[in-house]
This record gives sequence, C-alpha cells and structure tokens, in this order.
Amino acid sequence: MTFLLQVQAILWKDIRCELRSKQTWISMGLFALLVLVIFNFAFDLRVDNKAAIAPGALWVAFVFASLLGLGRTIAAEQEKGSMDRLMLCPVNRKAIYLAKLLGNILFITVVEVIALPIFAALFNVPLFTGELVPIVLLGTLGIATIGTLFSAIAAATQARELLLPILVFPLIVPVVIGAVRATGALMVSSINEPPWLGLMLAFDVIFLSVSLLTFEYVIEE
Amino acid sequence: MSAPYLEIKGLKKTYNLKPILRGIDIVLDQGKCMALLGANGAGKTTLLRILACLTKHEAGTVRIDGLDIGQDVQQVRLLVGFVGHQPNLYDELTIIENLLFFGRMYSVKKARERAAVLLQRVGLARRSDERVGTLSRGQLQRLSLARALIHSPQLFLLDEPDAGLDDEGIELLEALIREHTEQGGTTLFTTHNFERAVKFSDQICMLSGGRVVYQQATTGLEAGGVRLAYQEALR
Repeated sequence: MTFLLQVQAILWKDIRCELRSKQTWISMGLFALLVLVIFNFAFDLRVDNKAAIAPGALWVAFVFASLLGLGRTIAAEQEKGSMDRLMLCPVNRKAIYLAKLLGNILFITVVEVIALPIFAALFNVPLFTGELVPIVLLGTLGIATIGTLFSAIAAATQARELLLPILVFPLIVPVVIGAVRATGALMVSSINEPPWLGLMLAFDVIFLSVSLLTFEYVIEE
Repeated sequence: MSAPYLEIKGLKKTYNLKPILRGIDIVLDQGKCMALLGANGAGKTTLLRILACLTKHEAGTVRIDGLDIGQDVQQVRLLVGFVGHQPNLYDELTIIENLLFFGRMYSVKKARERAAVLLQRVGLARRSDERVGTLSRGQLQRLSLARALIHSPQLFLLDEPDAGLDDEGIELLEALIREHTEQGGTTLFTTHNFERAVKFSDQICMLSGGRVVYQQATTGLEAGGVRLAYQEALR
C-alpha cells in the first residue's frame, strides 16, 4: 500500500509541476506537429505509396517527440538538485521508476492524442479505428519503458541530450518496427504478417521487468 | 554503558582516485550536538552525504542507532533529516505542497497537521499557498529546515544551515537545534562560523584533508580558542 501511495505522490508531483511549468508538453506537441508537417511536404504522397510512408512518418514523429520529454524526466530534477532530496527519502526505487514511467506515458499519450487527428488530416488516412489504440499504447509503453531507464543513466552525464538518443534508438528498434508495421497493416491488410502486437507486448514485458530490476542500481550513486 | 548514537570508524571515500575522507573516527551520543569545522574541501559535505545515505563509502563502518548504513539503508533514511547547501525544493509547487509531498515520501501520519505546525514554527504559515519559486533565499532555507523535520528525524544533519539566513533566521536555527537535542535528538552540522559552532554545539570536530585533526567538548571553550586550534590544524 505504501508503495502505491508513493508512486501516486511522485506521479502527482510530476504532473502538477509539468502543468504549471508547461516546459515539456508544449515542446513535445509542437515538435510532433512539425515533424508531421515536414514529412507531409517532403514526400510525394499518392494512393499507392501512402500506406508505406504514413505509418513511418507517424512513428518517427512520436519517437522524436517522446525523446524530448524523456530527456527531461530525471535531468530536470538532477539540475534542480531535487532528485537528491527524493533519494534521501525511504522510498522504494521501483516506486520512483514506476511513477516516472507513468508520467512519461501520460505526457506522450497526450501528445499522441493531439497529433493523431492532425496526422490523419495531413496524410488523408482513415486511422480512427479501435485497432489503433493497442498499437499506440504498446508502442508508447515500449518507448517510455526504455526511455525512462536510460534518461536516468544519461542524466548523470554532462552530454545527456546527446547520449539519450544514442542509447535509446538502437534498443527501441524492435518496438518501432512492430508499431510501424502494425499501423501499416491497418491501412492495407496483408497476409503473412507476423503477430506484431504480440511481439510488442513481449518486448514491453521483458524491458519493463529489466528496467524495474535495474533502476535502483542506475539511480543510486 | 549504552552504545553511542552515531559511531563512525575508519571511514574512507575517494572521488576520481582523489581521497576525500582518509579514515574518519567520530562518536556522538544521543541528544548531543556536534559542529563540524574545516576549510573548503576538507570533506565535511561528503561526510554528511554519507551519513544521509546519499553517497556510498568505500571503507570503514557507520552505525546510526545501531543500524549499519550499508545494510539497513531504508531504516537509516527514516532516522535522518538532512538540510543541504541548496534548498532543492520544487519551485512549481507551493510551500504546503512541498511539505506534504515529502510527508508522503516518509509516510508521515497526519502530514497536513505536522506541516502546519512546522510552517508556523519557521514563520511561513501565512505564505503556505505561495509557490516556492517566489521565496527569498532565507525563506527557502527556513522551508528546507521544515522539510528536514517533517518526519521527526532522530539524527539532524545540517550542511552550512546558516547560509542565507538573517539574524532572526539564525535565532530560529539555534532554537530548532536546541529543541531537537532537548527532545533526545542528535545533531551534526557544518559551519565556518566559530562563534556559532561553540554556541550551538556540545562538541567540536575539525576536519582537514579528510582527517579529524581536532575534537573537543565545547564546555569552557571559547570561539577564540577554536579559531587558534583551527589555524594550528591547517598549518
């Protein structure tokens, strides 16, 4: 019970700080929109190539925008020194990780909810189906799970903005491929597609378990 | 004879191969207050950070209330209240929200009542709904003191707590330390002010180059004598 209350308290604190500072959400949202607009102009979209290009553009926008927010997860607290004070408390380090992860999922989901209708309009694709929800949720969970863990590693270094993408991109390749292919399959149904949702789910479960087990060693000095 | 509340034996710590603490031995009984003196880089902050379980030591043992800080970390964290150089509070949250957040982190029962009492004590009760970002340096330090006491710690660690405090703030600090020790709590604080060290504490401990070079009870001691000992130690 104490564990859940601590998760809730840290999550509440992060959301409240973000709602008042508005530093991360606005940057993430604007960045996602810019990427979608640039892709829309950069590619010559036709009916026959839309299904091949649009899902990639969507997930590139989501991944880059997510990294902006993920980079601030721990770094913002490190810079202010408040992470030190949080570490003073007798809080299970898994509770800190879980709260930060839930906060990141929430922030990324809000950006996705805003970006998706704009994407659908710009690329003229019918993506408003219930089948998209699990794809977005599992993709977001995968990106946030790894991003939250590695944001703690990157925050301890001086070149954190450079280091985070270098650490995170290679690891999220499987979940991004799965998300892009599963999103593409919603536009053009194809046979012999692997079970992308199952693969994403397995990826998320494995990395969530690893992150929960290792976060304590990453965050402690 | 009961065991000392704080017992440090042969404590060593290095940063990037540079020795910061070279075998510290300190003993402090329950209800006593010790002032740590030393030049910049003597190892005072590192010592306090190790006691607060923020930094891991490499050699030696530290026992707080019989608990080993290497093995019983979470129990030790419950016993310790720490005030650092910087306030490190959440600027976007209000004063009361900051205290309630840390109250929840320590699972404090009736945290709101406890926070109200502490805010009254440090003179910030009327500003409790204001954001921390609007406070002055001295007010932030007062709030840091309140935060460190939110869970009624047994061991109060203060790293230059007088920084940024005006005369009234210094009086408050002195009163808080006195109340804490009178209630059986133990206090360890660092300072560069000899008068304050003699006035506030029962014992003085001087660090130089990561070693204890002087340790003395303050009974009958005067600031001038401490200053001379300090200069002698640094020579």
